[in-house]
Amino acid sequence: MITHDEICSVHSMTETEKFSMLEQVMDDYDRKESNLIQILHMGQAIFGYLSPEVQSFIANKMDIPNSKVNSVLTFYSFFSTKPKGKYTVSICLGTACYVRGGKEVVNKLKEILSIDVGETTDDKIFSLQVMRCIGACGLAPAMTINDKVYKQVNPNKLHRILGMLK
Amino acid sequence: MSLITLTINNKTIQAEEGTTIFEAAKLNNILIPHFCYLENVHQIGSCRICVVEVEGARNLMASCVTEVKENMVVHTNTTKVRKVRKVLYELILSDHPKNCLGCHRNQNCELQDLGEQIQIDGFRFEGVKSKDVVDSTSASIVRDSSKCILCRRCVTVCNEIQGVGVMNAHHRGFATFIGPSEDESLGHSICTNCGQCIVVCPVGALKEKDSTQLVWDALLDPTKTVVVQTAPAVRVALGEKFGMAPGTQVTGKMASSLRELGFDYVFDTNFAADLTILEEGSEFLKRVKDQLTTKEGSVLPMITSCSPGWIKYVEHRYSDQLEHLSSCKSPHMMLGALVKTYFAEKIQVDPKDLFVVSVMPCTAKKFEIMRPEMESNGVRDVDAVLTTRELGRMIKDAGIEFALLPDSEFDSPLGLSSGAADIFGTTGGVMEAAIRTVYELVTGRELPMDKLHVQPLVGLKQIKTADLLIEHPLESYAFLEGVTVKVAVTSGLKGASILMEEIRQGKSPYHFIEVMGCPGGCISGGGQPRPISNSVRMKRLDAIYREDEGKALRKSHENQDLMTLYQDFLGHPLGHLSHELLHTTYVKRAKN
Repeated sequence: MITHDEICSVHSMTETEKFSMLEQVMDDYDRKESNLIQILHMGQAIFGYLSPEVQSFIANKMDIPNSKVNSVLTFYSFFSTKPKGKYTVSICLGTACYVRGGKEVVNKLKEILSIDVGETTDDKIFSLQVMRCIGACGLAPAMTINDKVYKQVNPNKLHRILGMLK
Repeated sequence: MSLITLTINNKTIQAEEGTTIFEAAKLNNILIPHFCYLENVHQIGSCRICVVEVEGARNLMASCVTEVKENMVVHTNTTKVRKVRKVLYELILSDHPKNCLGCHRNQNCELQDLGEQIQIDGFRFEGVKSKDVVDSTSASIVRDSSKCILCRRCVTVCNEIQGVGVMNAHHRGFATFIGPSEDESLGHSICTNCGQCIVVCPVGALKEKDSTQLVWDALLDPTKTVVVQTAPAVRVALGEKFGMAPGTQVTGKMASSLRELGFDYVFDTNFAADLTILEEGSEFLKRVKDQLTTKEGSVLPMITSCSPGWIKYVEHRYSDQLEHLSSCKSPHMMLGALVKTYFAEKIQVDPKDLFVVSVMPCTAKKFEIMRPEMESNGVRDVDAVLTTRELGRMIKDAGIEFALLPDSEFDSPLGLSSGAADIFGTTGGVMEAAIRTVYELVTGRELPMDKLHVQPLVGLKQIKTADLLIEHPLESYAFLEGVTVKVAVTSGLKGASILMEEIRQGKSPYHFIEVMGCPGGCISGGGQPRPISNSVRMKRLDAIYREDEGKALRKSHENQDLMTLYQDFLGHPLGHLSHELLHTTYVKRAKN
């Protein structure tokens, strides 16, 4: 079984090593179609995003059509088919965050970064996405940048938060 | 199976356990308005049009997926149901172009029919349209996403019935679109071009790539001699385009209509079906002889190669098993090759000035004629393929009163055919035709079966098999004495994959397999008139066998014009010229 530590070491891997790790993942999951979502998760963890090449690799090894793999992964907003920036900024738009101003935060971020939701800045630093409830309603409106959660954000705080990262 | 008693619209009825409300109502002459439902094919309740009120239930229920329960009380026409049905319909329309007058499905559209049925007068919801992508990369199929109403019938047919899986839903909500993966187009995917998605599409989102203009241009070009040929399955379905019952035989009227359209020669693909039997039958006997006597040479089972959807499927999915395919071109390709050589010589016309049109029940044939293998001496074997539906449209366009046409015959020398050729149009037919000839070639006796039919191979079952014991063969076939020849027949690509898996695992017990890409065979091909249900299939199938039995000539090898062709031109089956003109090769394609 591929371990979490191994996944964490992907940055230093070659493409070939990444593909062979993905194949190992598929074996761990018996190449079963019912495990496709887990395999896609691991694929995204290894490659950062699910390119047409990676999709096709998964489809071929699992003996299912490309179209099927693409159908499943495009259904879930978590999966990305394009490279992500260094930082993925995600705004929660679940009910609590929405009513506490999540939408204004999204609009301000679009303005600051000059990208739309689902896009990545040209310098590949920031990607912007929205999420449904992440279970942090008490912190509404909540935002995550990579794995870190920011609480009670408002449009005025954004410049400072992003500035600290850059 | 126990019986359930329930009430629908104050009528007490009984239905078998497991029946849906929709089916129970239908059996009792109540047709609940519905849309995405397709009997025996697609029952997932995606459009919700078939909702009904069930007493005690919190919400309206989709009747096509809700099973009957004891003492259930169902209402199909309450104010609430009728109101919701209209709203649902209007919501579908809110994301539909509604340019019906400019749509090829005008007056032949299930969305229009439904609107009429539930008495719509006006649209209340207008908004942004979700998509407007037209994919015309395929040689066979054009997909217009703007018209798609996301019923997912094509998804079900492509995945569940055909096992191809190129049509799927991508993204979600308003952004949902149906098609191959977002980085692919139909023309560059594993699509087999079978066209079963077109047959089930309720609207104009899927259609064949139009060739009518190309054919009109050729017909009106004075420098072209335009030759047409018709596949066996067309003659038992074309009438439906003119309001005739499914299974009406219109062979004679079809030939007349083609002359009225201006074709110079009206030939019959059936002639080449008889030719196929001689070529493929000889190839089969050669393979069996090689295997039984030397255990060397080409492998068994041999599989038929008439169905181009099947061929592309096997090239993608089983590219390691291509040696099982017969090397015969499909019949219309053989006829095309003969028109441009044998016939061109006869009428002293430069093959380059000949334009060959095939009228086919098939969309995959449009792809087939583009294959690089399908030419002889630098001239394409066939120049255009029209589906049965397209021919129907041309006849209407030309103002020809089809129903009033007199019957006429096909032209000579490529028009005569046996009943064995007619049954090429249905599942089991190619195999039966081959058995009629091969048995007689081997034993010198006629096939000892009632009306020459191999009964276990008749009908719509997914996989059919038969055993044929050879006793007292002629001297030259002595190696077959006591051999039981095992054959299998399947239609629809899912059935084909079952037989192919057996072959791949080395467990296939068969010598000869017939595969037709579409369920039921060419009678329900992707180019045939809609709608196609099992009852329509059966009517067309019966008509095909009537066509066969109506002929005095029942066996391919007794076709005199065919014998003349061999004498004057080809020499003998599998000869040098046959090899050059009538046989082909296959390519390995990517699995995905």
